[in-house]
Amino acid sequence: MAQGMSTRQLIQRLLLLVLVMFGFGFALVPIYEVMCQAFGINGKTAGAYQGEQTVDEARQVRVQFLATNAADMVWEFQPLADEVAVHPGAVSEMRFVAFNPTDKPMTAQAIPSVAPSKAAAFFHKTECFCFTQQVLQPGERIEMPVRFIVDRDLPADVRHLTLAYTLFDITARKPPVPVAGR
Amino acid sequence: MSPGATEVSRSVFDLHMTIFWICVVIGVVVFGVMFWSMLIHRRASGQQPAHFHESTTVEILWTIVPLVILVVMAIPATKTLIDIYDTSESELDIQITGYQWKWHYKYLGQDVEFFSNLATPSAQIHNKTAKDEHYLLEVDQPLVIPVGTKVRFLVTAADVIHSWWVPALAVKKDAIPGFVNESWTRIDTPGIYRGQCTELCGKDHGFMPVVVEVKSKEDFSKWLAERKQAALAEKELTSKVWTLDELVARGEKAYQTNCASCHQPTGEGLPPMFPPLKGSKIATGPAAGHIGIVVNGKAGTAMAAFGKQLSEVDIAAIITYERNAWGNKVGDMVTPKDIVAFKKAQE
Amino acid sequence: MSAVIDHGHTDHAHGPAKGLMRWVLTTNHKDIGTMYLWFSFAMFLLGGSMAMVIRAELFQPGLQIVQPEFFNQMTTMHGLIMVFGAVMPAFVGLANWMIPLMIGAPDMALPRMNNFSFWLLPAAFGMLVSTLFSEGGGPNFGWTFYAPLSTTYAPESVTFFIFAVHLMGISSIMGAINVVATILNLRAPGMTLMKMPLFVWTWLITAFLLIAVMPVLAGCVTMMLMDIHFGTSFFSAAGGGDPVLFQHVFWFFGHPEVYIMILPAFGAVSSIIPAFARKPLFGYTSMVYATASIAFLSFIVWAHHMFTVGIPLTGELFFMYATMLIAVPTGVKVFNWVSTMWQGSMTFEAPMLFAVAFVILFTIGGFSGLMLAIAPADFQYHDTYFVVAHFHYVLVPGAIFGIFASAYYWLPKWTGHMYDETLAKLHFWMSFIGMNLAFFPMHFVGLAGMPRRIPDYNLQFADFNMVSSVGAFTFGATQFLFLFIVIKCIRGGKPAPAKPWDGAEGLEWTVPSPAPYHTFSTPPDVK
Repeated sequence: MAQGMSTRQLIQRLLLLVLVMFGFGFALVPIYEVMCQAFGINGKTAGAYQGEQTVDEARQVRVQFLATNAADMVWEFQPLADEVAVHPGAVSEMRFVAFNPTDKPMTAQAIPSVAPSKAAAFFHKTECFCFTQQVLQPGERIEMPVRFIVDRDLPADVRHLTLAYTLFDITARKPPVPVAGR
Repeated sequence: MSPGATEVSRSVFDLHMTIFWICVVIGVVVFGVMFWSMLIHRRASGQQPAHFHESTTVEILWTIVPLVILVVMAIPATKTLIDIYDTSESELDIQITGYQWKWHYKYLGQDVEFFSNLATPSAQIHNKTAKDEHYLLEVDQPLVIPVGTKVRFLVTAADVIHSWWVPALAVKKDAIPGFVNESWTRIDTPGIYRGQCTELCGKDHGFMPVVVEVKSKEDFSKWLAERKQAALAEKELTSKVWTLDELVARGEKAYQTNCASCHQPTGEGLPPMFPPLKGSKIATGPAAGHIGIVVNGKAGTAMAAFGKQLSEVDIAAIITYERNAWGNKVGDMVTPKDIVAFKKAQE
Repeated sequence: MSAVIDHGHTDHAHGPAKGLMRWVLTTNHKDIGTMYLWFSFAMFLLGGSMAMVIRAELFQPGLQIVQPEFFNQMTTMHGLIMVFGAVMPAFVGLANWMIPLMIGAPDMALPRMNNFSFWLLPAAFGMLVSTLFSEGGGPNFGWTFYAPLSTTYAPESVTFFIFAVHLMGISSIMGAINVVATILNLRAPGMTLMKMPLFVWTWLITAFLLIAVMPVLAGCVTMMLMDIHFGTSFFSAAGGGDPVLFQHVFWFFGHPEVYIMILPAFGAVSSIIPAFARKPLFGYTSMVYATASIAFLSFIVWAHHMFTVGIPLTGELFFMYATMLIAVPTGVKVFNWVSTMWQGSMTFEAPMLFAVAFVILFTIGGFSGLMLAIAPADFQYHDTYFVVAHFHYVLVPGAIFGIFASAYYWLPKWTGHMYDETLAKLHFWMSFIGMNLAFFPMHFVGLAGMPRRIPDYNLQFADFNMVSSVGAFTFGATQFLFLFIVIKCIRGGKPAPAKPWDGAEGLEWTVPSPAPYHTFSTPPDVK
């Protein structure tokens, strides 16, 4: 009999493997997060800008803005301009308008996504309303800024970027605190 | 599979045919040997079994040869794929958003946007009338794009995952809520190209076709201008004085397009997911509550906020229709102005 | 007479306890194997009847029999029941019966756990099927249950679905641990690893795949459960999660799962073809290595199910190349089988017929798989009937024909009687024709542009769909013939000798037919 280890030891190891793989299922979440950040999978934008802080005046990139509402979201939500031309390395800003037309305070979360995905890793947001949840009182209208830098290392063939936000109603999950403002 | 209408779709088609024929040739050889053996090497024909059971040379050979064939296949495949991923230098950008169960098209920077719903009458689906040639592949408003122009699609979704597919363009992109995907096409010949949603998205997944109408560049500009005009005209309808009959007639049509898939043409719904409207408290109660639920939707249910999706005229017409159809006899009428007032009051 | 399933009636064999409790409490690998096989056949008929509903609705364009909502529940349940209820338990049943006999072991290594892992299954499937009768209906999001359709937009019954998947997972994991422990620790003296029959080898590898990926599936549905009930956002974009992550986790399980359903069939066929060609298996060693490489590759190709979700170009290329590589070891296997037949002295009894059909039709499924691997072409095939045709070609003549071949091959050993060869041949030909009629036209409608999982379609697809439906009805009806053949074989027939197939090899043929309740209490000597 090929007796490497006792049945008991073998089962212990196999059970350990089961536990490890169960954990691995969950570990895929952070692993995926890291992969997305690194390769811009699914338009996840990159972290803080660490490149050279000088502006590449010679190059211009079109940045286009999209604002989409999830199907059950009633807010008005749009950018102030459809697109801007920016120089890589320069800090740019765009403001989005949100308006709560209902008679209830509501909480919203905007989810950003950048296309093409190969450019996402070169798009850095220094300030964004998507970093926090937005609470709007009935009838309240606000302008929300996003500040961003397009990386100087953006691949040369990318002349055109799209920053898309989808606005979700998360009132049920995060009930707004009755105090106005954030 | 058809060669389709774009350069990309043709190279995909060629790729498909190449792999297909390679597979056929391999199949003929392998199955040929097999059938030969099955015919000749039978016990019934007195065959004595041989005893060989390995041959390193042969085994190495049939590992290497398939590898070489695979490399031959991979080269054109890689080229085509790189082509498909090149979304730069587009001349027209269109945002495509999947909803349960319709598509929304927005011409970026053009102020033109609309929903595209299935136009096949439910009588055809339920076998009450003969089916058209384009049964289930007909929409009320197709996506219109100009010929010979690089059009970039930004594909996303508002609820669940959908997938936008037109076979003739070889474009299939998943529409995922919260994320934007890119794709592009340049169509050589004007015409009408049809496709469907290809990711299971719930009950009416089979009933949300894609229709793309390709016009010449001049016709496209004309169409775009008309669309903008029509949007203005629609706004004027809001201030028009409507009669109950007019509203009910318009409402019936709009109801069939936008509401009937869940609440059913009979107003009986599909409980418990989709409640009936016939005799419902909301549709026979105070008008304000009825307007509220249509405009704002109901959180946590499949009822979307149609205030964002439909014009005031259509919302008013649908509500009026619902309050006066299938034995609901409220008799009142909700006008487009009421909807405007309702939205104002919310501000 | 351990294969007799007449509950509560007396049994003449010595050894097993009498009555119903024999089956409830049994720890005998043959009894448990028998129960697995009957359970899987019952699920096969149930899942098959759902396929009949689907094909009846698709017989003609228009909505006739069921509404779209119910249609979606049918496609979902058909997939889940066939994958987890029919194919996987059938192979576990075969493993239970045959692995101890093949390696000269007295029983499985963990007999009591064996009993428990079987009895979890009826509980799991009872719960799953009962959701069909709940308010709001059963699972309707496809067997791949993509979020958010299966989370935010799911019917209430999704919680029961998740619990059922957990139970199936636990059952499979325990079964797999048992198989590994049995194979590694209970082999008869002299039965070295490289002397094991290929069925044992493929099951060993399958068991490791199960242990590796079933916990990932469990993690996946646990995350769904937390999203639905505990306010987390693993897969919900609204909370910063990612619906695409779901697909990555699911297919990390899902692709190895596909091989879990086919590898044991490879093993069985590798025993059957040499037996009826009366010639040793060609390239035993390369078969083992090919199986291992397929198993390894299955972990790095999962994203080929997701070519259209918008993976970056480099990712797309990587998964395309990796997927194409699978053709190499699979090709080696097919070439080995053909070479085994070459210059043999073949006869074509039912097991051989099913095995040969397996090789041919599985290869056709392999070809369409290769086509699907080519990412740009996949954009045209993805989620169309071409995919449906592909996976039915690898699963029906692959997994299911493999199971039929095994059943006919070992029925004499299980029952002590020969089955009715004429009826079995009829069963084969009807299944063969029905199956091809049902699934071959799906290639055409898929290429013509018909998406999968739709209850109604354009008129251009009508003719082929009608043919498909006729084929499916033929195939479905034919399976009652199989039931009849098996019952007839259990009740009587020509007594089977210990080794009914003159070319067969292996320890299982050294024990009498029917196999006594206890075998190899003293280990045999393996040369």
